[in-house]
Amino acid sequence: MTAAPKEFSASGMAARTAAILFVFVIIFTGLLSAAYQWTKPAIEASAAEEKMKLVDEVLPRAEYDNALLDDTLTLPPNPELGLDEPSTLYRARQGQQPVALLFEAVAPDGYAGKVRLLIALRADGTVAGVRVTQHKETPGLGDYVEPKKDKDKAHPWIGQFQNLSFTQTADKEWKVNKDGGRFDYHAGATVTPRAIIKAVYKAVKWANANRDQLFAQTGGAR
Amino acid sequence: MISRDEFRTIAGNGVWKQNTSIAQILGLCPLLAVTTNAVNGIMLSLATILVMALSNVAVASLRNFIPHEIRIPVFILIVAALVTVVDLLFNANLHELYLVLGIFIPLIVTNCIVLARVEAFAAKNPPLQSTFDGIFMGVGMLWTLALLGGMRELLGNGTLFGGIDMVFPSLQPIQLLPESYPGFLLALLPPGAFILLGCMIAWKNWLDARAAARAQRKPPAPVAVAG
Repeated sequence: MTAAPKEFSASGMAARTAAILFVFVIIFTGLLSAAYQWTKPAIEASAAEEKMKLVDEVLPRAEYDNALLDDTLTLPPNPELGLDEPSTLYRARQGQQPVALLFEAVAPDGYAGKVRLLIALRADGTVAGVRVTQHKETPGLGDYVEPKKDKDKAHPWIGQFQNLSFTQTADKEWKVNKDGGRFDYHAGATVTPRAIIKAVYKAVKWANANRDQLFAQTGGAR
Repeated sequence: MISRDEFRTIAGNGVWKQNTSIAQILGLCPLLAVTTNAVNGIMLSLATILVMALSNVAVASLRNFIPHEIRIPVFILIVAALVTVVDLLFNANLHELYLVLGIFIPLIVTNCIVLARVEAFAAKNPPLQSTFDGIFMGVGMLWTLALLGGMRELLGNGTLFGGIDMVFPSLQPIQLLPESYPGFLLALLPPGAFILLGCMIAWKNWLDARAAARAQRKPPAPVAVAG
């Protein structure tokens, strides 16, 4: 590299180096913010699309016609949902009629920590669908609760929640067969389904009881 | 422009002589974390090739404007800004590819290979040569990590190309050892990576030593065959 010319004093050189560094910082920060501004709409669109992909798994798109991702309600931390942080509830409507509520719940007692769930509950009290969004269950053993990992592709385990009516299902049926309930499970991995069934039951019970209020509320939290 | 000999030297250095993983032993942290299978190793290397080529060409083009005293902060600034821009552009325009490669791109920013090549090569050479240097350093990393990842998953799980269905949904991992293979956990844990990497370094040194001994025995060899 070329050494700095001799005529610069120490302080002059320091000022010159600082100025050059400053120019570099300005240029590259400008580059970064330009790239950020330019890509922002596309990134937000694909993030929304990814959310919709998940929504499609629990609620068919034909059942509602509103912009579901924009019709939200912020819920305060709620022990019935197993959540100790605020969460977002989405509302599906057809015309102006309420169709379904989509909300997150957590099963705190999975085999390996928390299991995060997305639940869709129709306005008539039936479960439209449930999906596991995040878990750390044992690969190949407890992870069949995720349809992608379930060997039975035609009837994945988590599909048992589909179209289950909360009002017509007795409380004691919300259990695995072994405990006298209606849910199948895979031998050797009962902890995960038990935790999920319990969490879905609690969450659906709460949402069903507060259904009208949840559909009617606007915007912020209670 | 670039002469053929120059190109050959750069390629030879990157792929074998100064191979990042088994000669310079750089970037061990992502190497240990990622090479639990061949697919991850290949993906990380592909992302590295891209980032190294870009950062090398940027630094080589700007090398006459960067004062020697503050070169390191400026290099870091350039590399970090470029990687972030690449990350954003990937996410916005090539979202499918981003879902596969995306998690590896931020990993590379912390990789000392990038800074090492910028400092050792791009700061002293023209842009074209520097681009090739970045690419071939990445290619050297590619085959090393693919081999290391392949050996680890074969020993650990008895499969090859596990996780390929994340990249190409139509493909399935290959089960090389019988289904009843009990697995060998050590190979999948970081110590296994260290042990196998050590074996690969020994293998390279043995090949190099053999080539050197052979060259010495017959001094009037027509062309020195580089390993």
